[in-house]
Amino acid sequence: MTVWQIILLASILVLGIKLLGYVVPPRVLQAPTAARTAELTTVALLSALIVVQTIGVGQGVVIDARLPALGVAAGLFALRVPFIVVIVAAAATAAAIRAMGWN
Amino acid sequence: MSAEAERSAAWRASLAVGLAVSAYGISFGALAVASGLDIWQACLLSLVMFSGGSQFALIGVLASGGVAAGPAAIVGATLLGLRNGLYAIRVSPIIGPGWPKRLLAGHLTIDESTAVATAQPTLEGQRVGFWATGAIIYVGWNLMTLLGAVLGNLLGDVRQFGLDAAAGAAFLGLVWPRLIALQPVVVAVGAAVVAAVLLPALPQGVPVLVAALVAVAVGVPNFFGVRPRSGDPISGEAGL
Repeated sequence: MTVWQIILLASILVLGIKLLGYVVPPRVLQAPTAARTAELTTVALLSALIVVQTIGVGQGVVIDARLPALGVAAGLFALRVPFIVVIVAAAATAAAIRAMGWN
Repeated sequence: MSAEAERSAAWRASLAVGLAVSAYGISFGALAVASGLDIWQACLLSLVMFSGGSQFALIGVLASGGVAAGPAAIVGATLLGLRNGLYAIRVSPIIGPGWPKRLLAGHLTIDESTAVATAQPTLEGQRVGFWATGAIIYVGWNLMTLLGAVLGNLLGDVRQFGLDAAAGAAFLGLVWPRLIALQPVVVAVGAAVVAAVLLPALPQGVPVLVAALVAVAVGVPNFFGVRPRSGDPISGEAGL
């Protein structure tokens, strides 16, 4: 697969799911198990992605400046700091740690 | 509250949410080019996929696994997009009939447009909230993606600027507002542990998909959950 094919296929699938929701009768949502599991799937995927992005390197694990940066982000989210500020602070934390020579 | 006051309240909520979320598109654009996409590929994702979580998931897997991880990247992005289908079912009555309108609404159905719409007390306010939030974010998110992609290209070595660390923080920001009860917290911790353990053992992208099964294992039998109350099937009050 090329990058373009991956991007187009994934985009069409994600858009298709949105459109599908408009042809499904609303009573589907009344099945609480489906709604609950779908919402929890979002949580599980995002949580797993945090781990992969923070300690993953290819097919392996490494602890580096990304981990303290994530800690800073968690602290700022807990303080209800706006999203974009937290992202910048996390990047700045990792950049500062690397500038000081620790990876 | 008068109808006029309700409309302007919906507009205010849409603007506040819309501008904040749009600004964050700049980090998507920058991370996308850091992941090996070109500027047009980054922009196409924001134009067509238009769902922050799925977009970040796709570029995250591509960044570590390259095109070899393409299938896992596609499945991950699609699974993360499933919730948009649920949102669509929920806002469908707010949008009303007429296919052109529903097609356009479908494209704008994301976390924020749904959240602002369903938070308004009247149907009129819900309509304003959905369309205003969706339109503001669509325009802003795409402009900021382009800006971020151009800036990311100029920056060069993204590690030096800590951009690789920004991705984890971005996902944390997306999951944070969902951790409002014991059940999602248990799922989040479980999925994180599963992903960490499997990371060295499985091809790139696959640990994330396996970790998603934690949601099924907890969600279907409703472990750690609250019994749904009548008329309020989704939001419980088991706050931490």
